[in-house]
Parts: sequence; C-alpha cells; structure tokens
Amino acid sequence: MAGPALLVAALRDPGCTSHWSLREWDLAIRQARASRLLGRLCVLIEGGADIAAVPAAPLAHLRGASIVAEEQRFAVQQEVERIQAALQGLGLPVILLKGAAYACADLPPARGRLFSDIDILVDRAALPDVEAALMLAGWASAHHDAYDQRYYRTWMHEIPPLQHLARGTVVDVHHAITPSTCRWMADSERMRAEALSLPGRPAVRVLAPADMILHSATHLFLEGESDGILRDLVDLDVLLRHFGQEAGFWTRLPERAEQVGLGRALYYALRHASRLLGTPVPAEAAAQTRRWAGGALRERLMDALYSRALQPRHPTAEDATTPLARWLLYVRGHWMRMPAHLLAVHLARKALKRVQPQEEAGTEAERDSPR
Amino acid sequence: MTLGRLSPRDFAQRLAAEGLPVRIEPFTVRVRSDIPALASGLRLHYAAYDLAEDGFADFHVQIARRRALRRWIRPQADFVFDGARPFKPLPLAQAYPMFEWGFNWCIANHCHQYVMIHAAVMERDDRALVMAAPPGSGKSTLCAGLVCSGWRLLSDELALIDPDRLALIPVPRPISLKNASIEVIRRYAPDGVIGPAAHDTHKGTVAHLRAPEASVLRAGEPARPGWVVFPRWEAGAPARLAPRTKARAVLGLMENSFNYSNLARRAFDTLTRLVDRSDCFDFSYGVLEDAAACFGKLEPPAW
Repeated sequence: MAGPALLVAALRDPGCTSHWSLREWDLAIRQARASRLLGRLCVLIEGGADIAAVPAAPLAHLRGASIVAEEQRFAVQQEVERIQAALQGLGLPVILLKGAAYACADLPPARGRLFSDIDILVDRAALPDVEAALMLAGWASAHHDAYDQRYYRTWMHEIPPLQHLARGTVVDVHHAITPSTCRWMADSERMRAEALSLPGRPAVRVLAPADMILHSATHLFLEGESDGILRDLVDLDVLLRHFGQEAGFWTRLPERAEQVGLGRALYYALRHASRLLGTPVPAEAAAQTRRWAGGALRERLMDALYSRALQPRHPTAEDATTPLARWLLYVRGHWMRMPAHLLAVHLARKALKRVQPQEEAGTEAERDSPR
Repeated sequence: MTLGRLSPRDFAQRLAAEGLPVRIEPFTVRVRSDIPALASGLRLHYAAYDLAEDGFADFHVQIARRRALRRWIRPQADFVFDGARPFKPLPLAQAYPMFEWGFNWCIANHCHQYVMIHAAVMERDDRALVMAAPPGSGKSTLCAGLVCSGWRLLSDELALIDPDRLALIPVPRPISLKNASIEVIRRYAPDGVIGPAAHDTHKGTVAHLRAPEASVLRAGEPARPGWVVFPRWEAGAPARLAPRTKARAVLGLMENSFNYSNLARRAFDTLTRLVDRSDCFDFSYGVLEDAAACFGKLEPPAW
C-alpha cells in the first residue's frame, strides 16, 4: 500500500484536505468516487473544514456528487410516500431500514449519501399481503429465475427485490434482520417492537437508535459486499457520533446487543469504526464489547482481513493481499449465512450460472456499447 | 504547451507510459495507450490542445489491448476507466472512436454539476444554438455544416448547461460523422480535416472532423442561450424552421437529457429557464446548403 489512503485521512479529519496539492486531490477524488463517497466527502469538508479552500477542479466533482445526493435524498422520501400509500390499507407498521430510514428521520448519514434500493421490514405473517399490495401499485419481482426465487424465499430474510415498472425504483421487503439459517440470529421481533414512529409520517417507523446501529453493523459485517463496505462503515461512524451524544446511549448499546443477540456485530462495528475512522467510542463501551471478539487468534485474523477490505476500492489503496482478504470475507459472508451443505449447493449453482451466461433483461445494460 | 509541440516519439512514449494529460476544456483527461491508431488519432485531432501539467485529471482512461490470444487473432481493445471496464471490448481498429465514445460516457456519468443534454451546441454573436435530437436525426451533419460556415463549435454531442450562470459551457472536440454524412461534409467543406474512417462500428462507418482551431482557442468562453432547435433530416425536404411551443421544447430537452433523473428538480428548473430565454423551433431539412442558409438568417431573440 502506498501509505494510508488519502480518502481515509480526509474521512478522519476533513481539515487535512486544506494542505492537499492538486496531485493529492487527483488521487482522493478517484478513491472517493470508487467508494461512492464523493458526496459524503463534500458534506464533511463543508462541515469541518474550509470548502472555499478546495481547488476548482476537484471541487466540481465534490459539488456534482453532493447535488445528486441531495436530489436522491428528496426522491427517496417521495418514494417512501408512495410505498406508504400502497400499504396503508393493510394497517400494519412498516419499518424503514438503512438509507430510507436516514432520509426520512433526517439523520446525518443521509447527507451526501447515494441511495440505491429502499429497504423495508414487515411482520413475516404479513408478507403475502405486502407483496400483493406492492404489486398492485406497480412493483414487480425483478428475479424471474426459479432458483433465485426459491433461494430468497426459503433461506433469506427478504423476498426477491421488487422493481417498479414505470419508475424503476427497487424495494427490498425484509421480514427479519438476519437470514433464517444464519449463524447470527437476531431477535427481529424485539427490534421491530421498539421501532419509533416518525413525525408527520404515521404509517412508517424506523428502528430505535441502538437497533439502527446494530442493524447497520449486522448488514456490514454479515453480508456487506466489498464494493460498499467503506461507505457502510462511514454510515456507522456518522450514526455513532450522532447518537453517541444522547445520555445513556453508550450504556444502552451493549445491553441491547446482548438482548437481541448481535454482540459480535457491535464489537466489529466499534472496533473498525474507531480504528479506521477515529470514531469516538468510550473506553467502557469498547471494553464491554470485547467479550464478543471470539478469541485472540480470530481477532487478529479479522483485523487483518478488515483492515484491507475496508480500504477504498481503488488500486492506489490496495496491496498484494487485498484481493485475497476480500475473497475470504466474501466466502465468510456466505458461510455465516448458510449451513455448509446448503452453501456448497448454492455456490456450485452460482459458478455454473457464470459459465452459462443467461439473458437477463437490464442487468447488462452498463456493459453495452458506448455512445 | 500544446500536444502538437511534442515530437511523434515523445508523444507515443508518454502516451504509452504515464499517459498524456490533455486539457479538453472544461476537463482534463489523462489518456494512456500503446495503440498506434489511437496515438495518430489524438495527434491529428488534438494537436492544438494544451497539456495539463498541474497534476489533476478529471478522468483517467486507458485504451488497452486485450492480451493473450486476442493479441493475434482479431485483436481487440478495452476502454478502461480508472481500473474499471464499463463496456464490451471493440476491434483494435476502432480504438480512436472508442476513446471519443468513452470520454462522452465519462462526462455524461459523472459531471452532474451540469444539466447535460444529448445535443449539438454552436454559437454566433454570443448566442448558443442548442440542437437536441436522438441519433440518426442528422444533428452531427448539421453541426459540422454550420461549424464550417462560421458558427463556433461548443460541442457536437453534449450540451453542458451551468445552472448557476444559465450558460452553455463549451467542450469543443472532433465532430463524429457517420456513413453518408462523411461524404456530404467532404464535399461541403473541402478544407475540413477528416480523420481515417473506422468501418463496421455499431454506428456503421465513423470518421471524425477536426474541431476548428478558433473554437478550441475560445473553449473558455461560455455562451448565453439563444435558440433551441429539434432537427430532423428527411430526404428531399425543404429547409424549414417551424416554431415549437416552450412546453414542448422543455419536454424535448428532457427526453434527450443524460442526467434529468439524477438532477430532477434542478434539471426541470434549469431547462425551463433555458427555454424561456430561447426561441424554439422544429427544423426539417434535406440538403445541407439550404439548412446552413436558413440558420444564417436566424435572428437572435430580443432579450
């Protein structure tokens, strides 16, 4: 690695950008773009440094990304209105997760963030009604493959993504926090029960602060695809800094992790957010979560893997072992989610599919010919 | 220093090694390649452009030969954007057009500080003529024709609108000519410099007309809105400008926008203001000479 990544230095301390040369900006913009963090970097510099000191050429990229992020933040809220409208007849609580929750609860990670799918969590018993109501409002299953359908419906904690036929927006409907065969079993009922309603939006809720952190951590350290895990860690960093100021939060957080069975996820979140991004974690909370580290050898191994995989996904922030670390974490993600015999069958099917590419509408659009 | 000042040897060496940072206003693109066809294409079209030596590039692109067997059998090239390969490879002979198409992709996918329209933009008397149309409407032919008749070239593909200044930002580059229009322009403007043709591309035969040097030198000067025109080529049709309502003009620009969905409200606001300040027309033509004469008589809007 060519020293610590510039992007990470800026995420830790936006003020350091004021000394950057154009050559350093060149590198930082590329790392931020590859990590989907350009807009976030813009917001951080606006809040903690002097945006006027950024030279015009890199500033254009920061501003462009932040404009798009701001429009997306608005668009996500509009889309949530439509989901609410589609589901209001069912009279059941719909819990927004991740990006949609940050946007609708007006939490700081929503600023400068790129949004992709809208994730919602509902009671498992209500799944058929929810799916039917969304289909009536124009969302249709994007996965036509019978194996994918069965894989999702049997093993996953969500149904296959639903895409709106006209607008192209995607909704992921979850019925639990972790997959049913997962080695980490979150008490989803308990987390749903304490969800909070949002002012002005009677039909939707968001997870309570500690649960929001635990869900975000679980997502990152269980199934986070390595493309986006630095972005996910930045979400956690911003959430922890925000909620960390509330009285009692740091006592509540490890207690809640214990209650809902997500201690390991919390341990990883606090450890890597503080190590990489300098997230302020009180010593007591860090010590409390240490019991979930799972032994010195495991701790050292996971530190080694994540300290590589969490770097910006750009050639200038990788060393010779980074691809191996990413691959091991990918395999671990599957291992954590499925028992060994299922995993073997699943990976074999995926490998076979790669050998026999199938025509799937839309997925190859980007690989098309250039204009 | 301009690219034209480099010796052919230095040019090829730097292009293949660390890449050449070419200042194509308002961007710097660092392009790297060891493919001779790309080097000669760049030398032909970009001799008058500056080398950017400040260390910053907006885009890092590489036109890379495919290795292994592909090196020898029907050789191919990849467009590499900062390590990623967004497109399928193309035959090596299409390396130069691939650079131009890839550069369009870079701008259209990243520069959301602008509202971007798939349109040709020309300027006369500080007024911009925005010609928006889907491919195959004769937009590039018309653009090449007007540029060879005294209009300043801002772009043949990409209208970059700065929402804050409500100005059209020039990004003057070679004009892409397709199929029959290559001959049409050769006859219309015998002094124009047209590069070698690439055959059997996904657009048919493609050749690029070099951007006039005067337009390249004025690349730093934006233009005010003037006219928004939706052209359509039709064999044997007389050259005719028919007024178009402002509402339909906004819709037409939206349909041809690259980033309307990314910018939503900001794009709507910008396009309505642009159309407010422009005279709007549908334009049909069959013969380039008549079209150029028709645009030559166009009066600027009163405001």
